[in-house]
Amino acid sequence: MLVIVVSAVFAPVIAPYEPQKGDLRARHIPPAWLAGGSTAHLLGTDNLGRDMFSRLLYGARISLFVSGVAVTFGLFTGTLTGVVAGYFGGMVDEILMRLVDLWASLPFLLIALIVAISVGPSLGMVMVLLAVSSWSSGSRNIRGEVLSLRTREYVDMARVMNASNVRIIWRHLLPNVMHVVIVITTLRTGALIIAEAGLSFLGVGVPASVPTWGLMIAQGQQFLTTTWWMSIMPGIAILLTVMSFNFLGDWLRDRFDPRLSQLD
Amino acid sequence: MRKFFIRRAIFALLTLWGITFVVFGLSRLGPDPLLIYVRDDSYGISEETLQKLRVKWGLDRPLHIQYLKWIGAVIQGDLGQSIAAQRPVTAIIGDKLPNTLQLAAVAWVLASIPGVILGVLSAVKRATIWDYLARTIALAGQATPAFWLAILMIIVFAVKLGWLPAATKATAVEPFKVQFAHFVMPALVLAFDPWATYLRLTRSSMLEVLDSEFVKLARAKGVSAGVVIWKHAFRNALIQPLTVSALVLASFITGSVFVEAVFAWPGIGRLAVQASLDNDFPVLAGVVLVFGVAYVAMNFLADIAYAFVDPRIRFN
Repeated sequence: MLVIVVSAVFAPVIAPYEPQKGDLRARHIPPAWLAGGSTAHLLGTDNLGRDMFSRLLYGARISLFVSGVAVTFGLFTGTLTGVVAGYFGGMVDEILMRLVDLWASLPFLLIALIVAISVGPSLGMVMVLLAVSSWSSGSRNIRGEVLSLRTREYVDMARVMNASNVRIIWRHLLPNVMHVVIVITTLRTGALIIAEAGLSFLGVGVPASVPTWGLMIAQGQQFLTTTWWMSIMPGIAILLTVMSFNFLGDWLRDRFDPRLSQLD
Repeated sequence: MRKFFIRRAIFALLTLWGITFVVFGLSRLGPDPLLIYVRDDSYGISEETLQKLRVKWGLDRPLHIQYLKWIGAVIQGDLGQSIAAQRPVTAIIGDKLPNTLQLAAVAWVLASIPGVILGVLSAVKRATIWDYLARTIALAGQATPAFWLAILMIIVFAVKLGWLPAATKATAVEPFKVQFAHFVMPALVLAFDPWATYLRLTRSSMLEVLDSEFVKLARAKGVSAGVVIWKHAFRNALIQPLTVSALVLASFITGSVFVEAVFAWPGIGRLAVQASLDNDFPVLAGVVLVFGVAYVAMNFLADIAYAFVDPRIRFN
């Protein structure tokens, strides 16, 4: 995973070619290990002679950036609502949790399709959409954790010592749910990368001028019979990235919370 | 039980209302609501005509009036007229919905039965090569975008091997074998994610039950391994996977959009994508509402079923 993040950050340095500039004389070159491939283009070129490897590197930037921003905002909201719902309980809890339920029952992809026509595709829109779609799942887990924490003695102690609600939440509850937040963040990131790729694939995500993995798969779809690597390579990139996030998430979960790992 | 039932019913209705509210709100989010009916690159339309269109679709009226008119029509079963096809939306959805349902039904069978059986085997043969193999495939399933898997399968089975047709649904007049061949790839791709869900859930609830006192007692009494697994443990472990239907349905909804888009399957998922590219709001809203109703109904039924099986929920 480190490899993926590093290559995304340093894409302009590593990439041997410009991601958007094609060499029409070098179209449909297969990857280096196939007949007809050359080491000049490690993963081959696409239908416009653009280097696949360079495009994948730049695609990684978009994917990681979009899902990173989205997951940060989503988790911030999720943590806030989760902690507030769990701590105050009663009516506040009821309302927030019903809101979470409502949110979970909205088919996110279709919501994205509606926004795509009313607002138009843009990078910002995708980030907002993904952020908005991801807050509810974290909220519920964090609420559960806070529910069990708030009856602990040290929280009672703080209350007896006249600490304000804000102080109890900030100093006593938040640090203790942080491990849940970290685990959810990692696991959500993988899901968001897939969601982002899906939106780009359908042509309702980031504008077509930006090289993203989802868009590259969609572009390759026309050339399945000849230039099949155009679709396959970005998919492998998604698979590897998402799996590495999921493994990291599972590992963190096992570390922080051995209870959860016993059954799964 | 009655109280629980009424509570869930009210909540289901509230959720439906919330969905209509979100759908409408999002459609009016953009700079110009006319965009949801007309593409912004549809040049050559004079400002005068645009203004006429605004009046025609009631976009010049206040937002709450627009919402009330729309929701009033929706409640009466009128989803409006498609902009692109110039046909009532209900008729279009009526045409396409059976195709989506058939595909989902086949995929559900493919996902649930093998998923549950493999989940049980994975739990019984815990920490063996079979367990790891099944779980690795399930993990990979979670990390694979459905649309990419679909393309991969097309390359392998349609382009390279030529075993299966690459896309579309066969018409009813064609022989059963041809129709069946068209179902194979889309159904498999659609089934993959729910299959992994079934496997994971069955495995974990099976492990829990296998660890419980009554199973240990049955073993201690000398009941054979097969009877313990399938009669004692399995029946109790099945509750959880059965009640995740809502989760599975959600994955079918997202999945069908992608699968139908890649395989050119004539269902409502593909209809939604097309409507989005055509700026055809009435059709898109119609599909979202159909999916939304299906999801809420499924959740409601799952809650009720769960309460029947598990008294703790009923009285809580």
